[in-house]
Amino acid sequence: IFQATKHLSTSTRTAIENDPSTVKAAFRQRLSQERARALMGGGETRISKQHTRGSLTARERLSLLFDSNTFRELDTLKSHRCTEFGMEHQDTPGDGVVTGHGLVNGRIAYAFSQDFTVLGGSLSETHAQKICKIMDMALRIGAPVIGLNDSGGARIQEGVDSLAGYADVFQRNVDASGVVPQISLVMGPCAGGAVYSPAMTDFLFMVEQSSYMFVTGPDVVRTVTKEEVSKEDLGGTSVHTVKSGVAHGAYANDVAALRAMRKLLDYLPSSNEKSTLPSKPTEDSPLRSCDALKYLVPDDPNTPYDMKHVISSIVDNHDFFEILPNYASNIVTAFARMEGQTVGIVANNPLTLAGCLDIGSSTKAARFVRFCNAFNIPIVTLVDVPGFLPGVGQEHGGIIRHGAKLLFAYAEATVPKVTVITRKAYGGAYDVMSSKHLRGDCNYAWSGAEVAVMGAKGAVEIIFRGKVWLIFLNFDGILF
Amino acid sequence: MFRLARQTACFNRSSSSRRFQQTKGIQCMSPKQTRSSSCDDIWKRSIGRAMTSSSIGVTPTSTNSHHRQIHSSSSPFRDAILSTEEEIIKPPPPPAFQKLLIANRGEIALRIIRTAHALSIPTVAIHSTIDSNSLHVQHATESVCIGPPSSSESYLNMDAVCDAILSTGADAVHPGYGFLSENAEFARRIQEMNNVAFLGPSPTAITAMGDKIQSKRIAREAGVNVIPGFDGVLQSPQEAVQVAKEVGFPVMMKAAGGGGGKGMRICYDEQEVIDTYPLCKAEAINFFKDERIFIERYIENPHHIEIQLLAGSKKSSTSPKGIPVTNPFPIMDGMKEYEELQILCFPERECSIQRRNQKILEESPSVLLSPEIRAEMIKQVKSLVRTVNYTSAGTVEFLVEDDGSDFYFLEMNTRLQVEHPVTEMITGVDLVRGMIDVAAGRGIPQEYLDLVYKDGDSEEDLEGKVVPHCGHAIEARIYAEDPLRGFLPSTGPLLQYEEPPSSILISSSGQKEEQCQIRVDSGVTVGQTITQYYDPLISKLISYSPNDRSQAIAGLSKACDLYVIEGLGGGNNVNFVQDVLRQPSFQRGDTPTNFIDMHYPDGFDGVILTKEELEEVSVIGALLGEQRRHVLDYPPLTLVGEEMKKDCQEKDGKEEKVVVVCLGGMFGKAYEVSIGKDLKTMAVKSLSPFSSKEEENEGKEEDMEKKTSKVTVDQLSFHPNDTIAEVTVNGVNRAVQVGVEDNTGLFAIKMYGAKVDILVMSPAEYELSKYMNEPAVVDTCNLLLSPMPGTLISYAVKEGDHVVEGQELCIVEAMKMQNILRSARSGVIGKCIGVVGSSVHADEIILEFSSEEQGEEEENELQQ
Repeated sequence: IFQATKHLSTSTRTAIENDPSTVKAAFRQRLSQERARALMGGGETRISKQHTRGSLTARERLSLLFDSNTFRELDTLKSHRCTEFGMEHQDTPGDGVVTGHGLVNGRIAYAFSQDFTVLGGSLSETHAQKICKIMDMALRIGAPVIGLNDSGGARIQEGVDSLAGYADVFQRNVDASGVVPQISLVMGPCAGGAVYSPAMTDFLFMVEQSSYMFVTGPDVVRTVTKEEVSKEDLGGTSVHTVKSGVAHGAYANDVAALRAMRKLLDYLPSSNEKSTLPSKPTEDSPLRSCDALKYLVPDDPNTPYDMKHVISSIVDNHDFFEILPNYASNIVTAFARMEGQTVGIVANNPLTLAGCLDIGSSTKAARFVRFCNAFNIPIVTLVDVPGFLPGVGQEHGGIIRHGAKLLFAYAEATVPKVTVITRKAYGGAYDVMSSKHLRGDCNYAWSGAEVAVMGAKGAVEIIFRGKVWLIFLNFDGILF
Repeated sequence: MFRLARQTACFNRSSSSRRFQQTKGIQCMSPKQTRSSSCDDIWKRSIGRAMTSSSIGVTPTSTNSHHRQIHSSSSPFRDAILSTEEEIIKPPPPPAFQKLLIANRGEIALRIIRTAHALSIPTVAIHSTIDSNSLHVQHATESVCIGPPSSSESYLNMDAVCDAILSTGADAVHPGYGFLSENAEFARRIQEMNNVAFLGPSPTAITAMGDKIQSKRIAREAGVNVIPGFDGVLQSPQEAVQVAKEVGFPVMMKAAGGGGGKGMRICYDEQEVIDTYPLCKAEAINFFKDERIFIERYIENPHHIEIQLLAGSKKSSTSPKGIPVTNPFPIMDGMKEYEELQILCFPERECSIQRRNQKILEESPSVLLSPEIRAEMIKQVKSLVRTVNYTSAGTVEFLVEDDGSDFYFLEMNTRLQVEHPVTEMITGVDLVRGMIDVAAGRGIPQEYLDLVYKDGDSEEDLEGKVVPHCGHAIEARIYAEDPLRGFLPSTGPLLQYEEPPSSILISSSGQKEEQCQIRVDSGVTVGQTITQYYDPLISKLISYSPNDRSQAIAGLSKACDLYVIEGLGGGNNVNFVQDVLRQPSFQRGDTPTNFIDMHYPDGFDGVILTKEELEEVSVIGALLGEQRRHVLDYPPLTLVGEEMKKDCQEKDGKEEKVVVVCLGGMFGKAYEVSIGKDLKTMAVKSLSPFSSKEEENEGKEEDMEKKTSKVTVDQLSFHPNDTIAEVTVNGVNRAVQVGVEDNTGLFAIKMYGAKVDILVMSPAEYELSKYMNEPAVVDTCNLLLSPMPGTLISYAVKEGDHVVEGQELCIVEAMKMQNILRSARSGVIGKCIGVVGSSVHADEIILEFSSEEQGEEEENELQQ
């Protein structure tokens, strides 16, 4: 518009330029330009690079996470305040993170999505402020927070300001823990301090091939320990879903992962307020008889069977969402519905390690039980446990300490607890697995179930040690 | 006192009369009723029956005595009622046996128990330890455990079975099929026991027919057509031509010393015989040192057709002219007795669809046989039966030329066959009942004889007469074998199991709906495990149409769609059966015995749906996906204003909605489905795959995209907790099986035996999914994969070890069997990936070879 006023006198021009309507028109124009720029993130080339990697952009991810056209963005234009190392020339509307709220299957949820195309999604002071803002809002109204992580790490140019940003987010994570559900979906690199925020959320999922997590990367590992390792082998999905148990699950790609997040959210309450517990009408009758259960559990106490078959038979529509399916698979933790109500299921799985408790399964189940307890989700425990796993590795690894976590979690849980012993419950593990002595509300045993300090053979060997002849006497009715 | 007695008596009367009615109901069941009453009904009744007889433990005779007791101590008023009742309801004949032991397991044991209980005969089941909880044990009146799981130690263990007979006091034994059913030694041992009847032919008949060569000789002597042939020394090509002419062209020529099909040459004319003769001769002398040459009529594309028969001799008081005997009770002493062999021949069964001599589909009657040929066949069968003095049920198998012109004796099966239900369905005869009566010396039940023997038939007519029948029946054997894995047996628990209903409607567009009867003879129920110890037969699925073959096929196909079998740790052959049923040549009846080799030369890769069917599947998938979402997700949960809720619901219900359905997962074939406002008319458009979008030329792509077809869905009934959805697409009613969603919303649909993974996406999701990388196909040549689901027990090697071909790598335990996995190549172990003690699923990577050394032999094979 200033071009058009060239031929006018200076005074007139000044008058026009200072006219509020001109100023505001200019502002509006700039605003729409900035918005358009913000929506483009890091620009065409970076977006197409992201696409060739098989990943989506931050906004595309949010559009799939939320019901269509329900996402409302906040702080679209917020930019960083750094003036060091040439950062003053790096004008980045949005500052590498998209934040806001929307509906997931009709329920409100808050989310942030880091934009790798903008300065590598690096976390700055303002970037962190944006995240903290929506977390505060979520806490105020009681709605879940979903973080879509795709970040190169701290913005080094900002120095300690960036680290402070991380810590601010950590503090929010802890404050929100047990108040609103927090879910992290790591969809790209996540290294160094950045790993702790997802690790402190309730659930952490990853995307195969595109995401990895580690505290120190392969380069540092090589310098310090002389170990040669690739990113994938150090902190890829196969490591964290199977070996470390850091990630609660992994999906093949962004679209699949986001679909799964929507499904998971359907099981979770919006906050620790009891009224937000979701329920879904179902036509699966609670009186449905399930003939398969008569045969699914073998009579022979040593024959393995898949406890997931039992779970799928007893829950609504045979449908359940397993948490940490590939880690410590001797215990199954899953969300499911019964009569439309969300329940948490904890079940020993005799298919792996005979279903006994070890370090991995104890910590896995303990965390799940505590989550359920925090969010008013009733716990159904299916028990088929021969005891704790013996071994030097287990003892030295602190099975006592870790086993105690599960015991503690069950004992402190005040949600409804229903326990079903499907086949056997021996020893200390019987006590741990939501026994009635730990305030279990209803404890059932299926016909044929054995509850004992140990198996009959072991018990006889101890009780009748050195006095084998007494066994025969005893059968004749003579007291020993 | 009087009052009290009267009340008690009344109570007794009502209970006993109910019992009589029940008995009567079963006894008087006509063949027609047997057929029309559903299998389930028969089931329930027989179970009910079993419970009554076991709880009361009496036969009708003792009920009568109970009556008399009441009689003597009560008022004249009640006497009158009782006597009228007794006049109206005739007491049924006493059961043929006091106790029937079934020396078998699974579906055939249940099948026999069903009939036995209907005839008020208590039953004994024998079982191995692993079968102690199986259905045949549950339904029998009593049961005996006869040994460990291995069949050689239990069901085939003659001593154990004979002990069971003695210990339970059974007075009859039914061997079923398989196991000891055609064991003459077993039949003889039972015959030698005091007062125990063997429900089968005599040991001599079993021996006579048991040997293939001997049975052929006997058959030839009895005037039965056998394949013409010659087996001896030939001096010249001319002589060979002479023999070939006598045998009839085409002929098969081979060295007599050679076994099996080795060196088999087929000659169609004289010249070929002359050409082939020297080769054959040289081969015979050089390789086998045996000059004899074997020439036999070569039957091209033969059909396997068999005649079911039921023969029984009965002590009769009238002349043996085939005139029926009216008195159904054992005759009184002093009367003159005749021994008369009565033979009933049933319409032929065609069992040509076989895989490695294992029958898969059996039907009756055959489309191939003319009435004349059938009559001739039956005459010869009767002649053979008389020759060996065969009693009980049996089957004579023939090979038939593919034009139905001629038939040749193959062998005789001296047992009740697996496929006997097809015969029962079209004739209404209960063959097991026939076997029971014959073994009891009562002869063939009179009503069955009445079906054939009518006044005015001449002897000549009677000889070739078949039991009257109507309609068409087809049986499919459902095996726990995975056709997609080369028919490997699947073992594991049946997680979901629902049998199709006993009566289903079939419809094709434009025609009125017709009813098909479905019978399922099964020996398992949901949750039970199919083990590797026994035959992997899950059930026999029989479809009967009172009209024609095509409807029976349609009925069987729909029954397969309605048959839910999930689990087993692998597949089952329902999809293969469906595919055979879909073959046009099967529908024409063009089914030679090499049908499967001909149509599946490279094995079976799953049912391939046509373009139209794929479109229908995508529409059904779209609707199911949408409906499932609705039922589960609405009303929206919390924190949303009522207005918004309403808005969401209305928008979803009333506007045309477009979804993208991907068949086979995200990277499969995509269809765009527009769900009409009325939820009935759908528009389907095939979308071109992303990858080829750029490569293919533009014009072609446009053509493809423009092509939109309309699919009408009149009705869709499905609840998310069901497995089966009934849907009417384009006027045709069909059933599809719907699987459980995984976490990403992927679910499987089974239609026509094809299993299609369905992912319903919004168009926006589909647009973005084009950026997703297709999961890389793992190169398995350098890996050791678990061949089966099981538990990894131990590694025999560690990382860095050099291994040679055949060296033990690790042990995987599956179904209590330790399987040693051996290296199929030499190399260096790169990595042990599995965790010892944890479960492995099929195809899970257990071990990786170091990539530096690439062996040529890269397949890892399983050796036990």
